[in-house]
Amino acid sequence: MRFLYSLSIILFFSVFITGCKNRTTNVEAGIRDQILHLGNGTEPQDLDPHTVTGVPEHHILMALFEGLVTPDPVDLHPVPGVAKNWDISEDGLLYTFHLNKNAKWSNGDPVTAEDFRLSYKRMLTPSLASEYAYMLHYVVGAKEYNLGELTDFNQVGFRAIDPHTFQVTLKQPTPFFLNLLVHPSWWPVHIPTVEKFGGLERKGTQWTRPENLVGNGPFTLKEWKFSQKIIVEKSPTYWDRDQVKLHQIHFYPIESQETEERMFRSGQLHKTNEIPLSKIDVYRRDHPELLHIDPYLGIYFYRINTTIPPLDKPKVRRALALAIDRDSLVTNVLKGGQQSALSFTPPNTAGYIPKAQLKGGSDEARKLLAEAGYPNGEGFPTVELLYNTSESHKIIAEVIQEMWSTNLNIQAELVNQEWKVYLDSQDTLSFQICRAGWIADYVDPHVFLEIFVTDGGNNDTGWSNQEYDSLLEEALAQSDQAKRYEVYQRMEKILMDELPIIPIYVYTRPYLLHPSVKGHYPTKLDNHPYKYIYLEADSSE
Amino acid sequence: MIRYITGRIFQAIPVLLILITVTFFMLRFVPGGPFTAEKAITPEVLRNLEAHYGMDKPLLNQYLSYMGNLLFHGDFGPSFKYSNRTVNEIIAQKLPVSLELGAWSLAVALFLGLSLGILASLKPNSWLDYIPSTISMVGICLPTFVLGPLLVLFCSIKMGWFNASGWFDPIDRVLPALTLGGYYAAYIARLTRGGMREVLSQDFIRTARAKGASETRVILKHSLKGGLLPVVSFLGPAVAGIISGSFVIETIFQVPGLGREFVNSAFNRDYTLVLGTVILYATLIIVFNLLVDIVQVWLNPKLKFE
Amino acid sequence: MLSPSAEKLPSSISLSPDEIEKGTSLWKDAWLRLKKNHLALFGGIFILIFFTLCVLGPFFLGEEYRIQRTNLGATSPSLDHWLGTDILGRDMFARILYGGRISLAVGLSATFVSLTIGVTYGAISGFFGGKTDAFMMRLVDILYALPFTIFVILLMVFFGQNIILLFVAIGAVEWLTMARIVRGQILSLRKQEFIEAAHSLGLGTPRIIFRHMIPNILGPVIVYTTLTIPAVMLLEAFLSFLGLGVQAPMSSLGSLIKDGADKMEEFSWLLIFPGFAFALTLFSLNFLGDGLRDALDVRASKD
Repeated sequence: MRFLYSLSIILFFSVFITGCKNRTTNVEAGIRDQILHLGNGTEPQDLDPHTVTGVPEHHILMALFEGLVTPDPVDLHPVPGVAKNWDISEDGLLYTFHLNKNAKWSNGDPVTAEDFRLSYKRMLTPSLASEYAYMLHYVVGAKEYNLGELTDFNQVGFRAIDPHTFQVTLKQPTPFFLNLLVHPSWWPVHIPTVEKFGGLERKGTQWTRPENLVGNGPFTLKEWKFSQKIIVEKSPTYWDRDQVKLHQIHFYPIESQETEERMFRSGQLHKTNEIPLSKIDVYRRDHPELLHIDPYLGIYFYRINTTIPPLDKPKVRRALALAIDRDSLVTNVLKGGQQSALSFTPPNTAGYIPKAQLKGGSDEARKLLAEAGYPNGEGFPTVELLYNTSESHKIIAEVIQEMWSTNLNIQAELVNQEWKVYLDSQDTLSFQICRAGWIADYVDPHVFLEIFVTDGGNNDTGWSNQEYDSLLEEALAQSDQAKRYEVYQRMEKILMDELPIIPIYVYTRPYLLHPSVKGHYPTKLDNHPYKYIYLEADSSE
Repeated sequence: MIRYITGRIFQAIPVLLILITVTFFMLRFVPGGPFTAEKAITPEVLRNLEAHYGMDKPLLNQYLSYMGNLLFHGDFGPSFKYSNRTVNEIIAQKLPVSLELGAWSLAVALFLGLSLGILASLKPNSWLDYIPSTISMVGICLPTFVLGPLLVLFCSIKMGWFNASGWFDPIDRVLPALTLGGYYAAYIARLTRGGMREVLSQDFIRTARAKGASETRVILKHSLKGGLLPVVSFLGPAVAGIISGSFVIETIFQVPGLGREFVNSAFNRDYTLVLGTVILYATLIIVFNLLVDIVQVWLNPKLKFE
Repeated sequence: MLSPSAEKLPSSISLSPDEIEKGTSLWKDAWLRLKKNHLALFGGIFILIFFTLCVLGPFFLGEEYRIQRTNLGATSPSLDHWLGTDILGRDMFARILYGGRISLAVGLSATFVSLTIGVTYGAISGFFGGKTDAFMMRLVDILYALPFTIFVILLMVFFGQNIILLFVAIGAVEWLTMARIVRGQILSLRKQEFIEAAHSLGLGTPRIIFRHMIPNILGPVIVYTTLTIPAVMLLEAFLSFLGLGVQAPMSSLGSLIKDGADKMEEFSWLLIFPGFAFALTLFSLNFLGDGLRDALDVRASKD
């Protein structure tokens, strides 16, 4: 017994002393060896660009694969990727891509037009059940093939003219088509590899393991330590390898923002994925050079169940919307540089600035409520405000609850639910008012306005407007940008008049970034192409 | 004793069967499924996904095929969330990590807990009691989600002794083991003190003392066996809990253990992973409760195996 | 060396021969002992004060727990706000009192429920042993391993979100370890002489269990009960994560501590004060528990 005691004490102190050695941090070693350490949210579901849906997966895939075009590091406009250039027909329906002959897979195979054709075939195969397959539905026959109504893939608008020429035929002009191509659903996969491990039509096979994966991006998958980290290494076969300066990137799946911030502070990370709400002010005061607040193309809003009284009355909804003091919420509570949202589509989405805006203060709100039959909130039933459990959603709900109580004299009861229960309630309209958010997959107002089409999968408000539906169709058919935006303005107006939703604020993306990280620009989609990023010790240090 | 153990193993079979069945059907009645996502998926995609996982068949068929795979192939099925991994693989990768962390924590918990507990029981209501008792009470009042960050802030960020989080070098084991172990140590200390005091007042201890046995001998030889009884009862489920991982510790310290999967699999509605973790945990519970019952007999020779 | 009996009893306790001769009842005896245990008394008084504050405080503070001063934000303790304000500028003193009320209610009643179930179940299982014991303990094994999150969500789906459910959910898990501890103790008592004597006197089973066995295992039971209370209070915070329990803007000590833990560096008072209230409550309950245990000690009373 005594022996055990002394042994454990010796053991304890020996471990302790080894810890006291002067250690080089990840950040320092990283700058020396061009190794970038990133906090990356959650463990990826998989690394197959055709089946994953999450943001953390996207961050890693961007290093491993490349589409026909890639996003510019500063403003994300499409620049050459595998395609070195492209032609667009006059009617805007036929795109011809000329592929770069130097584009290679990581095993040395050339990237060919046929690779793209077969990748898109895989993407659209019904049994693959790809959730983002609808991103390809703008192509002739794609939707039909995806739904199983069409079985001959040759009738779908993809043509491999020769190994280095690829053609896509669209149903409608779809002016934002090139922007779509930066999304992973449009990236190619190495067909022989995917076939070798269980075939093209099965998801979740072993082809995405480090020992198997073949990609065409600037990096290759070196190691995947489940739940610990993923390491990618500079690819020797990538066509633009001279541009790539980083040697490795380490992605850490860190779910807790607090943990991530502490890791950043102790020099384990160059960049965090997020930053806790309460830390923003501290960094702003003490280390403004580390705090970055990027614009983020997404909106935080409340959905209203328009099928139940009294929320079925537009005046009531308008009163609720106007009684929220958004400026106070973003400046006093959120403090992350968010913008008050007065329309649904965030301002300046690909040059589109919504004209229809929520105007009027709490006086107007009280007047509207009285007109709706509830002067000074009398007789107004208690409304239930649903949110999924999270500190920030709770705070926002508490603030809005108070604003409604003070400005309208109506009582809201807060209800929180665990994520999937909340999603289910939202989906089945089992709520009165509920918190929601929408982040764009690509930069175009269409992403936002398409949600509220009648019976749309993401409508979830019970709201329906025929004019709105037909305008959405009209916009897709319109190839002239200015005229198309005019249509969107009319849709926005309808939305802001009827208010099945209450816009609250436009997202931002606050995170921490070490000053040694260069070539990292604020972009609207949290998209930072790694081939332009490098590490350099700050000269001022 | 062999007969007793065999008997208990046979009892474990219905326990596991009931548990799997209840969990399997419970899961399907919970709102939200593995494919529920913020951006709604189309009904066609949902149908195809369900077909991929065999969820298009009647629930009873799914149950039977799950049980078939489990019993005849030891196959827990594919994970819904981590789509290129099987549940077997996830458990095989993560359990060893949890076992290692659990072993270190248990060592800390037993070492600290028993020392403090025994110390506190020797001279009740004296400083020798108050100090260790207060330490263990502080341990109980400091939940792991407070103690963990405190240790990181001090030992890693202020002093730079350790990494803030991660599970890469041997030294990364220290803070998580101290946090998790410290929490259980507080419990063990309280229970040990309680149990020891109960025993130390009994007649046979007085007899031993009266016979002139040394105090060390009285404590180690005579009292410890009886005094540890409540600790041992507590340890059965506690050890099963420690070595199957802790959600809070693994989140704070980025430990790639199984604890997070217990919680996250339920939140992700990863049906197969939930079942896998439940089966694992149940097995651990059964095994450790069996061990506890054996140890109890060893501690108290008046008991017999029944 | 002290004599064994003196060593065991709190040094302040000494019973005069008169009192013993009067043949005081077990409970009266116990009260006398308790009164002389200062720590236990202190614990009891503190609990009483805190309890009163939590029950009565809200009457004076009114809606203070939810009144926001968002432009004020989180401020450290001041004359206006004794314990500071949270990030929405709400008074922490009021929030802690409201939270304390809920945590005390949940902690004490859920612990009481789990104590009752656990002791009864464990005692019956241990007393009868054999097949009954095996069956009852395997049931406990099943309940241990049932996925708790799923269980709670299902409860809410079928019964809605109400406070009774909170007790059911907590009760469902917290009695299990208690039952196992009690069973272990009862098993070891079963073969002792005084129980066999009770059997031979023809006493009924309930009488043997509740009058003769349980008083003998009070020590571990009380200790584990005092350990259950903090566990229950923190479990409540997890349940409120699932949407069960009190709804915002109301809070509980557990939730306040959980929220405060994430901000411990910036706004330390958001963790320290609720943590302090939590710790003081637990310390007091422990002292009280220890005092009770000493006071109720059947063997000591025969010294």
